Amino acid sequence: MYIVECKNITKTYQQGNVAVQAVRGISLLITKGSFVALAGPSGSGKTTILNIIGGLDSPDAGEVILDGNYLSKMNQSELANLRLHKVGFVFQAYNLIPVLSALENVEYVMLLQGVDTIERQDRAKAILDDVGLEGKYSRRPAELSGGQQQRVAVARALVSNPSIVLADEPTANLDSGTGLALLKIMKEMNEKRNVTFLFSTHDHMVMDHARRLIQIRDGQVADDQGEENTDAS
Amino acid sequence: MAWRNVWRNPRRSILTILAIAFATTTLIFMLSWQFGSYETMINSAVKLHTGHLQIEAKEYRDKKNIRLTVNSPKAVGRVLENTPGVAAYTFRANAFSMVSSEKRTYGALVSGIDPLREASVSSLKDLIRKGSYLSADDTNQAMVGRLLAKNLQVDLGDELVLLGQGRDGSIAATVVEVKGIFSSGQDEFDRQTIHIPLLFFQQVYTMAGTVHNVVVFGESLDHVPQIKRSVKTVLKNQSDMNGLSVLDWTELMPGLIEAIKMDLVSGFVFYIILIIVVAFSILNTFLMAIFERTREFGVLMAIGTTPGRLTKCLLLESASITMLGILVGIVAGSLITWYFQVHGIVISGTSELLRQYGLPERIYPQLSCLSVSIGAGIVSIITLLTALYPSFRVKRLRPVEAMLAV
Repeated sequence: MYIVECKNITKTYQQGNVAVQAVRGISLLITKGSFVALAGPSGSGKTTILNIIGGLDSPDAGEVILDGNYLSKMNQSELANLRLHKVGFVFQAYNLIPVLSALENVEYVMLLQGVDTIERQDRAKAILDDVGLEGKYSRRPAELSGGQQQRVAVARALVSNPSIVLADEPTANLDSGTGLALLKIMKEMNEKRNVTFLFSTHDHMVMDHARRLIQIRDGQVADDQGEENTDAS
Repeated sequence: MAWRNVWRNPRRSILTILAIAFATTTLIFMLSWQFGSYETMINSAVKLHTGHLQIEAKEYRDKKNIRLTVNSPKAVGRVLENTPGVAAYTFRANAFSMVSSEKRTYGALVSGIDPLREASVSSLKDLIRKGSYLSADDTNQAMVGRLLAKNLQVDLGDELVLLGQGRDGSIAATVVEVKGIFSSGQDEFDRQTIHIPLLFFQQVYTMAGTVHNVVVFGESLDHVPQIKRSVKTVLKNQSDMNGLSVLDWTELMPGLIEAIKMDLVSGFVFYIILIIVVAFSILNTFLMAIFERTREFGVLMAIGTTPGRLTKCLLLESASITMLGILVGIVAGSLITWYFQVHGIVISGTSELLRQYGLPERIYPQLSCLSVSIGAGIVSIITLLTALYPSFRVKRLRPVEAMLAV
């Protein structure tokens, strides 16, 4: 039932000679198909939590179970494989591959999954159409606006049919109109495909759209209102 | 994706490709030059005196004893005439003697040669600088090395007294007239050698129809091993000739082989230095490309690319650059070498030095599959090895740290 289970995770970074405790014993349960926002000020530990849940970083203590997989028991290749099939990422800075076109960026994940060329192209085009980028398949990232690049990133995150999409401040670099449009697309995908979305954000618009809002302060859960408390859509 | 990444920074990729191409071109040209000059050197040396093969009594090479002879030269000649690959052969007999002019006396190697056969085996006839070459009916005429003639202070028509020991232990003494003065360019040869007709030598030194060497010239260097094997087999099975040994040019001129080896080694030291310089420039390019894209690698890993796949992609990029460089290098190297193979190269001021080694003034590089494949092979291996380090560095990256890279 739970797509993510975090059990008392902690993480400390070394910044020069100073040890910074980014996450201090957080436990979380995220239900499949939910639309959750981790909110909090910069440096509160939101991104670290997302990275740990996505297997990009490992906790110093505690356990993360992602869709039934114990991340602490997996090596780098197994984690990469898990991310490939179960996790979609959307980053604040879009992070598209500059030498690939919009279509190829979306296709890339399916290429890694071993999907054949025709199916790959059909699925990539369909999802680009869904996010409103029909006719822009061959544009390279440099030829797209910030909002369009983030739509490609969302398409890339969703095309592999992941169990969860982890979006780290996805609207931070976008104007409010573009941000809202993108958020609506993600909400629609959540409802249509039952994909779980977990955001880190300090954007009120995202918080307003989340069905569950978890406030993070100083690496701890400050407030968790549970499901369906804050649906303003 | 690897191919597109190659052209992401075209200027840098082109410079790297040119560096690899330069190294390949240089190696192909230099190796062809070395191989070409070795072939010229070997051909000049065998043509000058030793021939491709010599048949002589066992131990003659070490002891140079006048009594260690080939007793049936005509029978050996018949064997050679029936051996495929033999182009020509001649007989020689040698004795160390005192050579005196009116004013001076020197020790020299008196060599009895068959004037007609000798001309088909060695370049002696072409080396005459003064006077003329021996003819078939000459008797007490001699050809003297340029430096020996100078030391003895003799010229054409002057008389020389030869004093040595005959094969039977008697004193061998005669007077010869200087008919020709030769100059090979090899000082040792020109300082120590005097040639007289073989029949006259056999009379003076009581050789009784025997000789010391049967000098063989093959159709080419490649025929030598086969001729050697055939002749050895035949000689072994004939009782009157099984005391003879067959020596090829590598055994006759061990110094030349050593010189070639030395030159190869010094050449390879230069090549290694060249390749190390190129390898560092390539390493720098590959490392720069990786540092610049560390963040991107983090993203690729985040979206599911395994470290192994990323390494493969980078190796593919490096291999593409390397192969392009090698291809350009092979084309450029082959064209340049081919041009000089046709026209030759004269390095001004070195003709005297080259002559010392029996080399002509103009050297022709020898383009071959060997020089191309060695040149291209060395550069490929070194470049790909150089690319391994940055590629495997990527394997150690962690997604979060990589994505934080600026």
